[in-house]
Amino acid sequence: MAEKVLMKGNEAIAEAALLAGCRHYFGYPITPQTEIAAYMAKRMPKIGGTFLQAESEIAAINMVYGVASAGYRVMTSSSSPGISLKGEGLSYLAGSDLPALVVNVQRGGPGLGGIQPSQSDYFQATRGAGHGDFHMIVLAPASVQEMAELTVKGFELADTYRMTSMILADGTMGQMMEPVALDLEVKPAPEKPWATNGTKMQRPHNIVNSLSLIPDELEQLNFARYERYRVVEENETMYEEYMMDDAEICIAAFGIAARVSKNAINEARRQGIKVGMIRPITLWPFPKAVFRRAADHVKTFISVELSMGQMIEDVRLATECKAPVLLCNRVGGMILSPEQVLEAIQNAAKNGGAN
Amino acid sequence: MIENKRILLLCGHYGSGKTNIAVNLAKAWKQKYPNVAIADLDIVNPYYRTKDSIDDLQDAGIRLICSEYANSNVDIPALPQDLYAITDDRSMRVILDIGGDDRGALVLGRIAPAILAENDYEMLMVINRFRPLTRDAESTIEVMREIEQAGGIRFTGLINNSNLGRETTAADVLGSMAYANETAQKSGLPLVMTTVEEALYSELKEPIPNLFALHLQKKL
Repeated sequence: MAEKVLMKGNEAIAEAALLAGCRHYFGYPITPQTEIAAYMAKRMPKIGGTFLQAESEIAAINMVYGVASAGYRVMTSSSSPGISLKGEGLSYLAGSDLPALVVNVQRGGPGLGGIQPSQSDYFQATRGAGHGDFHMIVLAPASVQEMAELTVKGFELADTYRMTSMILADGTMGQMMEPVALDLEVKPAPEKPWATNGTKMQRPHNIVNSLSLIPDELEQLNFARYERYRVVEENETMYEEYMMDDAEICIAAFGIAARVSKNAINEARRQGIKVGMIRPITLWPFPKAVFRRAADHVKTFISVELSMGQMIEDVRLATECKAPVLLCNRVGGMILSPEQVLEAIQNAAKNGGAN
Repeated sequence: MIENKRILLLCGHYGSGKTNIAVNLAKAWKQKYPNVAIADLDIVNPYYRTKDSIDDLQDAGIRLICSEYANSNVDIPALPQDLYAITDDRSMRVILDIGGDDRGALVLGRIAPAILAENDYEMLMVINRFRPLTRDAESTIEVMREIEQAGGIRFTGLINNSNLGRETTAADVLGSMAYANETAQKSGLPLVMTTVEEALYSELKEPIPNLFALHLQKKL
């Protein structure tokens, strides 16, 4: 393993993007992800890349559209309110089947909200980033190391499936510092025969566009796109199971909430409570099968979130309501304490969730 | 340690550990001087600042000069209202915690002329070779030059605080000494001290000169 370096989560994303061959970054500063832009501003000029601070988030996402059309790895990053501004562009990227990486280091909302950590953009990321029928691949890192690894993975998945990959992190993940090994394996980018990178008079013109004026054709495009999504669901779902073998209570948590929950689970286990965790790493596609299997032996699920309860809906759908799904949450930029999660576990155990 | 001057300016890239060093040094100074302050001038990064340990400092009788908005949801680069106490109140010993890079150091432009006129200061660069943008002497000196240009004031020495967070071993610190000495030599500045987490202190105090033990403020 290569020698480790000490990095902020935001810096790890930026450096991993460079390692993945991304040479184009467009963004607009917003706390708590500004270090990504700052890092790119420092490094890109030195390696022949492009860093551009756009006049707005909307401009930045459309610059991403342009570079993606030309077939290059490209990214933008922002935080919650800025991602909302990018919504139109995200829909256009999907409608044009363009690969891109978009990072959302979430902060409390709605509206301008606050600058402290949150996970309340789960619905937006997994369901409604923009208008129309589409999905993004949504990756939820829970350590600085994963911030780096999932950034590389995000570029690769985007290229493979011609989709947008979103890193859905939060203010804590972006700001926290941990040692990282940067000897990341990067697969070469696939050929992009569809890219608008010059015909050299040797092939017909490529057209990148999301406009379809013939309803039949638009329907077929949607069908084909959803067939691709089905393959992603089948092949690319990622999750971590923690102490699930004999678990009667199952925590569902991602990102920073999963880290806090792990501490609570360790303490609950010491007290003899059979509790485990399923941590989705891909939020879309959601790891339905593992939750469905768990529902055969789990008596109570607890969704631990920094939101008013968003992922909880996916947990309920995946478990087909075979067991109650409770919510344990904080919002507004407040982070759950291990004690709060432990109390939720203890209450579930007391109420017959486990022995 | 480093107490022969009234004003100590600590600069360093994000994650160099300068805030921890500032708090630890201020506590050490307080043992000897009645009037000690920390000035948090890091206007760049609104997360995790000296303000986090405000109660700790209050208990120790150390004055904290920082923005009204530090640690709140107000995300604006504001200066402390009592900024000029740093240069006006010469009965006070003060440690300045300066933001991570050249943009952070722009704040210094405001008070550097008065600091230079009084000429009773040290300005130290806190270096950490495990940080990606300061991994070797050349890149570290580049960051130092940028800070000096932005702040209008020159460094007088270095503090080696090379660390990997919780995973730091004695070998990591020992291995960083060559980097620290090379940076000192190439910049022409003295390596004033090396800082380590207190658990590593006894193991390293023999081989490393001018070693200072840090009690870390917070662990996440």
